[in-house]
Amino acid sequence: MDDLLPEFLTETNEALAELDLALVKLERTPDDKATLSLIFRLVHTIKGTCGFLGLPRLEHVAHAAENVLGRVRDGELTVTPAVISLILGSLDRIKAIVAALGATGAEPAGDDSAIIAALNRAAAGDLAAEPAEAAVAAPAAPQPAQDTPPADNQVGSQTIRVTVDVLEELMTLVGELVLTRNQLLQLSRAQGTSAFSAPLQRLSSITSDLQEGVMKTRMQPIGNAWNKLPRLVRDLAQETAKKITLEMRGQDTELDRQVLELMRDPLTHMVRNSADHGLETPEERRAAGKPETGRILLNAYHEGGHIIIEVSDDGRGLDVARIRDKALSKGLATEAELAAMTDTQIRAFIFRAGFSTAAAVTAISGRGVGMDVVRSNIERIGGTIDLTSVFGQGSCFTIKIPLTLAIVSALIVSAAGERFAIPQISVMELVRVGREVGKVPDRSNSLAPIPMEETDDAVGAGMSIEHIGQTPVLRLRDRLLPLISLGALLRMEEGAAQPKSTTVVVTAAGSLMLGIVVDEVFDTEEIVVKPVAPILRHVTMFSGNTILGDGSVIMILDPNGVARSAGVSSRSGPAAAPAAPATAASEERVALLLFRASNQTTPLAVPLSLVARLEDISIAKIESSANGFVTQYRGRLMPLIAMDPDKFTFGGDKAGEPAGQAQTDPTQPVLVFADGDRSMGLMVDAIVDVVHDRLRIEIGAPRPGLLGTAIIDGQAADVLDTGHWLTTAWRDWFGGGQDKAATRRRVLVVEDSDFFRQLLVPTLSAAGYEVTAASSAAEALRLRDGGLMIDAIVSDIEMPDIDGLGFARMVREAGPWAALPMIALTGRGGAAEAERGRDAGFTDYVEKMQRDLLIESLRQCLSNQAGLMDMALN
Amino acid sequence: MQPNHAEAADSRAYVTLMMGEQLCGVPVLVVRDVLAGQMIARIPLAPPEVAGNLNLRGRIVTAIDLRCRLRLPPRPGHIKPMSVVTEQGPELYALLVDQVREVVSLRIADMERNPPTLPPNWAEHSLGIYRVDQQLMVVLDVEKLLQFDTVLAA
Repeated sequence: MDDLLPEFLTETNEALAELDLALVKLERTPDDKATLSLIFRLVHTIKGTCGFLGLPRLEHVAHAAENVLGRVRDGELTVTPAVISLILGSLDRIKAIVAALGATGAEPAGDDSAIIAALNRAAAGDLAAEPAEAAVAAPAAPQPAQDTPPADNQVGSQTIRVTVDVLEELMTLVGELVLTRNQLLQLSRAQGTSAFSAPLQRLSSITSDLQEGVMKTRMQPIGNAWNKLPRLVRDLAQETAKKITLEMRGQDTELDRQVLELMRDPLTHMVRNSADHGLETPEERRAAGKPETGRILLNAYHEGGHIIIEVSDDGRGLDVARIRDKALSKGLATEAELAAMTDTQIRAFIFRAGFSTAAAVTAISGRGVGMDVVRSNIERIGGTIDLTSVFGQGSCFTIKIPLTLAIVSALIVSAAGERFAIPQISVMELVRVGREVGKVPDRSNSLAPIPMEETDDAVGAGMSIEHIGQTPVLRLRDRLLPLISLGALLRMEEGAAQPKSTTVVVTAAGSLMLGIVVDEVFDTEEIVVKPVAPILRHVTMFSGNTILGDGSVIMILDPNGVARSAGVSSRSGPAAAPAAPATAASEERVALLLFRASNQTTPLAVPLSLVARLEDISIAKIESSANGFVTQYRGRLMPLIAMDPDKFTFGGDKAGEPAGQAQTDPTQPVLVFADGDRSMGLMVDAIVDVVHDRLRIEIGAPRPGLLGTAIIDGQAADVLDTGHWLTTAWRDWFGGGQDKAATRRRVLVVEDSDFFRQLLVPTLSAAGYEVTAASSAAEALRLRDGGLMIDAIVSDIEMPDIDGLGFARMVREAGPWAALPMIALTGRGGAAEAERGRDAGFTDYVEKMQRDLLIESLRQCLSNQAGLMDMALN
Repeated sequence: MQPNHAEAADSRAYVTLMMGEQLCGVPVLVVRDVLAGQMIARIPLAPPEVAGNLNLRGRIVTAIDLRCRLRLPPRPGHIKPMSVVTEQGPELYALLVDQVREVVSLRIADMERNPPTLPPNWAEHSLGIYRVDQQLMVVLDVEKLLQFDTVLAA
């Protein structure tokens, strides 16, 4: 039996029951337009579904009945008992056929011509000639109706339709039951063992089971949203004369029915799009050297509290040039705007309203309603949709949606006397720190860093919060973690007695790590997320509210919202005006350290992730050598560089330094950059702040040592070229002159992000390589074909058009670079990723921003030939 | 909270309540519950009229400080507010009032229009005025009280 049949039978039986009632009502009130259109719609639906499922008898009867109803609706036929009887008669026939269908799985044989003729005559207005009895009596009661007694029951017995309201009500009641149970348990604990203990224990476990069961009623396998797709694809294949297979993986992945319902239409639309636009005709596919049969793959799986649904095809992919033309002709963007866009941005036009690239609008799709609706549907439930596509090879849509909108595991924390829930999924770790701020342990005697062991199980004063300007930071395993105080962020007055120690909840909001400082951490609890009242919707820091086990109501923090607020308002502090709502969540913000040097007013900026440490070095400990200033740092000599030696004065301007600096022991603020096991210190006047902003360099470098000028946090700041300063330090360190062009290794960097390219090139140059940069795999291949000779390749993985893996395969295939060492850079770690990278031909796999590892990896890859390099780097 | 006396066709029942010295009334039919001594959890960053959240038998109710909403001086500490819970679409709101009094049934015909001199903070939210036991009662427009768009836009 067709998978769809049971569902059809359930629906049709319901519709028939409803129709009976409505028809009788119509007979009494013939002018009731609402009832009439309800009837028309129901019959129309039955007809439509029958046609879809290939049930000709049902379709013909329903079609004839619909004709009559259509005439009635248009006012060309008046409602008389005769008309009603006729329709009821046809419904009886439909019921009989449906009953037989339920019993046998196929339409029974039979002749409906008499009733259809009667209906047609009625539709033609010739009602008098054929009294109702003829239609109802003669052909009615066909044999199948007798053969198949209670077909409705058979269909109905396996599932019961329950309204969502009932489930929600059950959920609420169970919630209250849990509360009551908890109170009872508390009472019982106070009493010690009593006669109630055992039954109470049983009540408790039953309550838990009940809660779980009720929650389960809301979960459905995603296959439910897919089960109509095979049929759809089959029909589309026939209509478009294509050969298509639909592969579905992970049908059993469960998600909340509310989410499921919202995903059903978008998924259908996307599969339809893939079949209609994505896949080529067999001839085209043959010509392109692909198998004739195109493939659409649906894949669903869980990933960290989210469900990932991929809809991919191996069709023609998206034609960026055509999308660009279309965007231009539709006036969605100007030529200049388009010229500045990356391919990924251009592809994103397909999500805009009124955009359709199909050259011909077919019946199936291409009417320009679609992907924009898909995206807004997905975003409405807190999901995201991404698109990757290689022209000629296919497209892949990746949808990420929350598992459920209802229940999450959350960490309960408190700040300023109020409790909050933080979804467990975004909590990376908890770190206890001492609250003492001003008194950083005097490290001027021993410049050694805090040993790792102490850091790991830091309790109490083991770690402490430090301040850069007004911004608190935490050193966590050699990284500076920006901190935000929950109490301050939420503008709640701090309690009079500050707790001695405090806890940092390390959260990851997108790519940004952020430490949220809270006063106390309680338990984790499974919480039922309830949306906040409309009046609070503008407070983006909360994703909902919930009732805890003890009955109190608390707010659920949205770490993304917190990060956005922190990024926008970190400079303004608690007293300032409410933070403006963040413009676009997707824009990549990085933590930037702002500082001043050389008595200049324009602040300088450097990505915080590049700074290994911030040190205040006692001026007494700074020594002068033939190589410039040095200090003993971590048991070795570290060169100290001044940005502008002419204008440099030790200690910088005192006014800018954090309060509480010991006057007796003047210190020099130093940014420590580390590379490999070597470090250098850049002496600055004062550290100003840490801000979260996009790093977009607007004006080119005015002089060596700077990458250029950017607008950071609303003001102009010069962006430091760390590479330059590392080189400066190292040349001095090694006495210079080590780099003869002939012996320098040549490295090609393939990286689409301007930002990372600008970081990588100087870093690698500083490490002694001769660097060529390409912004895409295609550009790199052009360089290869142009005869560029290099010794190694460093390539990003995530790139538009040809990604790093594809690039590696192409390089490995043939050509002068086929045997070169290739190092992959990726934002994502993990063994599986690395495996995929190696399969594609990469020699090594390094996480982005891990410069030490990259340098080390390059060194190893080239070590066979690198005599001089080795000496230089060891 | 069904009134003892059924609503006659020409009269309407009101829950009377006190806001400072002023007697107010809300139609009994919009009142779902009257609560006293509830734990109200503060909501940081919320607009000032939002006093917090409270738990009404498993449902979260947003508490609105009626004094703030009507731009009256803050409630003195010794007065413990009572909550008049009302439903607005799918949401529940609790209006925090100084004191809830009895339910009165009043003839519709007796309602008088707002005098033009009524201060705007009252006039905005008043549907009309009744005379009850020598006192004037302001009929509060609950729907209007719970429309916050104007507040948020400001």
